[in-house]
Amino acid sequence: MTNEFWSFIFGRLTWDVLPLHEPIVVITFIVVAIGGLTVLGALTYFKLWGYLWKEWFTSVDHKKIGIMYMVLGIIMLLRGFADALMMRLQQAIAFNGYEGYLNAHHYDQLFSVHGVIMIFFVAMPLITGFMNYVVPLQIGARDVSFPFLNNFSFWMTAGGAVLVMISLFIGEFAQTGWLAFPPLSGIEHSPASGVDYYIWALQVAGVGTTLSGVNLIATIIKMRAPGMSLMKMPVFTWTSLCTNVLIVASFPILTAVLTLLALDRYVGTNFFTADFGGSPMMYINLIWIWGHPEVYILILPCFGIFSEVASTFSGKRLFGYTSMVYATVVITVLSYLVWLHHFFTMGSGASVNSFFGITTMIISIPTGAKIFNWLFTMYKGRIRFELPMMWLIAFMLTFTIGGMTGVLLAVPPADFVLHNSLFLVAHFHNVIIGGVLFGIFAGINYWWPKAFGYKLNTYWGKISFWLWNVGFWLAFGPLYVLGLMGVTRRLRTFDDPSLQIWFIIAGIGALVIAGGIAAMLVQFAVSILGKNKEWDTTGDPWNGRTLEWATSSPPPQYNFAFTPIIHDNDAWADMKTRHAQRPTKDFMEIHMPCNTGTGIVLAGLSVVLGFALIWYMWWLAILSFVALIGAAIIHTFNYDRDYYIPVEAVAEVEDTRTRLLSGAR
Amino acid sequence: MSSNATTAEGEVPQFYELVPHHHAPHGSTQIGFWIYLMSDCLIFASLFAIYGVLGGNYAAGPSPEHLFNLPLVAVSTAALLLSSITYGFAMLDMDEGKKTGTLVWLVITGLLGAVFLGLTLYEFYHMIHEGAVPQRSAFLSAFFVLVGTHALHVTFGILWLVTLLVQIGMKGLIPANKIRVQCLSMFWHFLDVIWIGVFTVVYLMGMLR
Repeated sequence: MTNEFWSFIFGRLTWDVLPLHEPIVVITFIVVAIGGLTVLGALTYFKLWGYLWKEWFTSVDHKKIGIMYMVLGIIMLLRGFADALMMRLQQAIAFNGYEGYLNAHHYDQLFSVHGVIMIFFVAMPLITGFMNYVVPLQIGARDVSFPFLNNFSFWMTAGGAVLVMISLFIGEFAQTGWLAFPPLSGIEHSPASGVDYYIWALQVAGVGTTLSGVNLIATIIKMRAPGMSLMKMPVFTWTSLCTNVLIVASFPILTAVLTLLALDRYVGTNFFTADFGGSPMMYINLIWIWGHPEVYILILPCFGIFSEVASTFSGKRLFGYTSMVYATVVITVLSYLVWLHHFFTMGSGASVNSFFGITTMIISIPTGAKIFNWLFTMYKGRIRFELPMMWLIAFMLTFTIGGMTGVLLAVPPADFVLHNSLFLVAHFHNVIIGGVLFGIFAGINYWWPKAFGYKLNTYWGKISFWLWNVGFWLAFGPLYVLGLMGVTRRLRTFDDPSLQIWFIIAGIGALVIAGGIAAMLVQFAVSILGKNKEWDTTGDPWNGRTLEWATSSPPPQYNFAFTPIIHDNDAWADMKTRHAQRPTKDFMEIHMPCNTGTGIVLAGLSVVLGFALIWYMWWLAILSFVALIGAAIIHTFNYDRDYYIPVEAVAEVEDTRTRLLSGAR
Repeated sequence: MSSNATTAEGEVPQFYELVPHHHAPHGSTQIGFWIYLMSDCLIFASLFAIYGVLGGNYAAGPSPEHLFNLPLVAVSTAALLLSSITYGFAMLDMDEGKKTGTLVWLVITGLLGAVFLGLTLYEFYHMIHEGAVPQRSAFLSAFFVLVGTHALHVTFGILWLVTLLVQIGMKGLIPANKIRVQCLSMFWHFLDVIWIGVFTVVYLMGMLR
């Protein structure tokens, strides 16, 4: 009787699911718990909760939401990278009959969670953070179209990350690889909580991503400053527009396919089962119809960042603006026509495979055009080798090689040999680290002074740069070699001792990258805490060319006291050459949206709902679902959502800026 | 407005907007909602694709001609299409500022939606009663999820509609409420379009298979 009662309350959540038998996880838990309690204690001691709640958590300011996305991405990068280090260590030592230090159950979770975290909770938040922070500034807007929705989207993304982190200590994560292919991810082969964590974490985060995509498209279409026609938009805004179109046009497919997988697992339907007419290959097709656009979702904004960096630090207009825009749009369209290259081995026949092989190779044409545009932008420019520019050059070298191995994999007969090999693993790390991550680092160094008012420390930045670059090639060069020798991915132990040296080199590379990450954290710390900051009083520390540099650093809450009028692609460069005078009087009151805690409440309820579904606590699932709908409806009864910043407040902020500007001159 | 930049050529481009201009409130809402609908449309597209591929996999279980009751579906289709027309009348009354007329037409729309929903649930009940459960075959899984997702959308549409009735009753036809009625209108017509697809692909073509 009592047993039934407890299983009604807690579903299948029992003491047994705590990973107490895994010393590594227990130690991690202790460290995380101590660290977490220290942070919480410090926040309480310094009475920061009210400040955080009022100024950050409930904020609808796109700049603060952007920064919160970045913080989330960097924290999750540490988690995802810790997983990578553990895998590298395991693979470097598990030879000659030695099993290594990770059992299969743990190791399989590691490679699954590493992929999920790095894509969904590192790369996605980081690029969404940039788009949130920069796009409204670049188009001369005061916020995004739907500021509340923006806050809600962020918290949904964070909610998904919370569910993944919970899986480390309560139950387990999927052991299926990052895309959870059935029938392995079906209830028969994965009966425990792992795949359910995967499904609900991604569903919660996916809602946030989709809505943020809707929001940014509407913002870019409707909120541009007067004069900014589509072909006068900065390239970063263009790439953001294309990325968000991709998000809105692909994430619903992920939502649908994960829902169907959940139904297979929870209700016993037969979508992806191997019997009763189900088709596992249908899952693989559908998830890659989302999955391939996803990689362009990640890389396009980084192309945008590099375009801004190339023209700013070459002191020139971007070469081939129009071709850059068209290349971006072509990539956007083509990204939907290549999904099958992820599984040429499915056996669709020569015609289908050739079609997808050719479309894949065609993508390298617009991408190559971009590389040439950046090169020609630098040609005869007055190049300043600041950190963002260094990352651009490292990117061009690394990404081009990654792109070429991609073209190699696009040849179906070659792919039959290299499919699921370490060559593939090396390829996609080559483009995602060399493209996306390097782009993010360029962006962080480039826009940090805009966000915080001072430049990042160059010394530690350069150390991080070199460690990352050297570490990257040490870690992934050997994987190319191993892949060509036929070693497949996701292996825990090896029989052939001659392979070990390559894995040891790769492990050393991972350690060097760890040094790069540490140097980056030191760079942040030194820059934030250091006494001799390179303060930016002008708002334009790099002699920038686009509108975000037209306002102060950090920008005021309302971004622009007077909406700029655009006459040229490089609006701010144009304003500078034609000596546009910043108005210093006759300010107006400014209409702004109010902060709201609804976003965090709704996302919190979604996490509870996800957790309840994972553990079969049906009463809690129903309760939290009803509460979720109820809270959303209650929110719609609040009609009082905006206010005006009075003229005096605007004048005070702007007068300070006027003083700073005159002092700087 | 003269404190602006001048160029050497004497041309005076203006670089800042110096007079206050008012944005129409909710200026982005319609396009934003439209984009959301397109994303929702893709969920249905995936479900249609699933139905297209798996819809013939009966696994020796019941097939459409044993299960579907076309006259019943015709009635529910008529109810749903009619509800789109009555929503149109609600919009017309709203544009003329007639609060009562708007409310009455919205109530009729909601009732027709409820009729549709009731008939769908009856159909589901009937099928499950006959052993044609979603677990029986991939065809039935795809059928229940495609039709069920549409029905779920109608349910949320009705919930939204009731909320709006209360809000219009409380605040009247203020701009904030009008934009909501317009968005729900898009949602409602969108569900109609989806249903026409479901009716054709699932029911009509199912009977022909």
